[in-house]
Amino acid sequence: MNNTGHPYLIGYRTILAKEVRRFMRIWPQTILPPAITTALYFVIFGKLIGSRIGPVAGFGYIDYIVPGLILMAVISHSYANVVSSFYSTKFQRHIEELLIAPLPSWIILAGYVSGGVARGLVVGVVVTVVSAAFVELSVFHWPLVIAVVLLTSILFAMAGFINAVFAQTFDDISIIPTFVLTPLIYLGGVFYSVEMLPPFWQGASLFNPMLYMVNALRYGMLGVSDIESGSALAIIVVFIGLLGAASLWLLHKGVGIKS
Amino acid sequence: MIPALAVEGLKKTYATGVEALGGIDLRVEEGDFYALLGPNGAGKSTAIGIIASLVTKSAGRVKVFSHDLDRDWRAARGAIGIVPQEFNFNVFEPVEEILINQAGYYGIPRDRACQQAEKYLRELELWDKRRTQARDLSGGMKRRLMIARALVHEPRLLILDEPTAGVDLEIRHAMWEFLQRRNREGTTIILTTHYLEEAESLCRSIAVIHHGRIVEQGGMHELLARTHGEHLVLSLAGALTVSPMLSGYHCELVEPRTLEVQVPTGAGINPLFAGLSALGVEVLSMRNKRNRLEQVFLQLLRENQVDQHE
Repeated sequence: MNNTGHPYLIGYRTILAKEVRRFMRIWPQTILPPAITTALYFVIFGKLIGSRIGPVAGFGYIDYIVPGLILMAVISHSYANVVSSFYSTKFQRHIEELLIAPLPSWIILAGYVSGGVARGLVVGVVVTVVSAAFVELSVFHWPLVIAVVLLTSILFAMAGFINAVFAQTFDDISIIPTFVLTPLIYLGGVFYSVEMLPPFWQGASLFNPMLYMVNALRYGMLGVSDIESGSALAIIVVFIGLLGAASLWLLHKGVGIKS
Repeated sequence: MIPALAVEGLKKTYATGVEALGGIDLRVEEGDFYALLGPNGAGKSTAIGIIASLVTKSAGRVKVFSHDLDRDWRAARGAIGIVPQEFNFNVFEPVEEILINQAGYYGIPRDRACQQAEKYLRELELWDKRRTQARDLSGGMKRRLMIARALVHEPRLLILDEPTAGVDLEIRHAMWEFLQRRNREGTTIILTTHYLEEAESLCRSIAVIHHGRIVEQGGMHELLARTHGEHLVLSLAGALTVSPMLSGYHCELVEPRTLEVQVPTGAGINPLFAGLSALGVEVLSMRNKRNRLEQVFLQLLRENQVDQHE
């Protein structure tokens, strides 16, 4: 890499390259599992069970769940990359290498978030390739697909960063993914349309932010959605703004990383 | 002349209410080799942590080569290299990568970062280990790796927090030579250590910190001149039953063949040996009970303890 330019840019590239090397070095833990899990989803939910379910929104069940499965992988891996990497940086104390350097907080945040986005995108591509073995992929609106995947991975990379800042033990980095993220993703319309739910649960689902993201990507790929895509993008952008501001404030104050 | 480090009224009170620093002032001149000494918990590491931007200060001001650490933090941080007390690198990364990354954080382009990494890995005899994961290095190698990492961006001020803790004598002396050479080449060095002979032989200036306050600060020579003589331990050829009485010296027989003698400043040791010889006491060997800096250090801590109780 031609690593020249403004010192901040060099610092950013250094953090990003370090993050990418980290998850590529341990690819059996980071890249391979989502490929296997996705293949299993397609075999079990798509082929075995899906063949007994009728069309959903005019699409075969296996086609209908593809966008949700891709986004589920992007979300969980963007989050997991930052939360585990930044927490281990704190735990081993080599966060001090960054804190003593003449780097502003926003560069440190941008470096880690970009690392999470990179892993989210790599895993997203892997899951998409696996999907292509089971279904004929189609894209209805490319810009929307790119925007949703990119913005969603940024959002969850930031969420992972905040989790890592507050984490005191390795247990703390798995609590949010297990008890918050996974239920929200599964209840966010990955495997079903909210129209299949009773009226009360349809209303309740609108409070689940994952519903907006999954449906925005579904619209981008299939052209069908339970939610209007513009409002879905607006919600993602607002959350990115909120979490970004919170992350920068935490870094600036040194919460969890300075005495 | 602009000081390498100027600290004014630096205070730190932790969230637990513990006051680690009660308002210290320090001035380290450019090119100096400076010892910051104090017992465990005195506040040395907290002071270094604040200078390194790892600890948030409660009050006070820090300037590095006249760059204010709060307002002109880029220039201030860029001028400092830190060797912390605890190992704080990614143990899974190869040695060379740790240095190249650190240079990158300081905005050094990768090509030059690689050159800098090679330069310091060779100087600190780690070049053969450049592809080794840091966790597989010995303790002494890890210490040298931290020094190489601190120097990779060519800082003008190098701060070392107990750099020789736990390393063997040979490596310690090699590190002393390296640091002395570095200091001669113009790098200002601040050192904390529990090996007082290390501070005495390396440093030209000294500050002693105790209970978060500076209790002494000045030149090493001036401080050592305050020692009240030497404390010698003599091994005797024959066993004694009572301590010999010698005018001008205080002798204490600690074992039948071991005599401790307090030699006042200016008294010299020729009259001591003449006196012992006249009494028929044959001395086989002699050593200093403790080095001079250790005597001053303990004396200062005792005085400070008394002041606090008063």
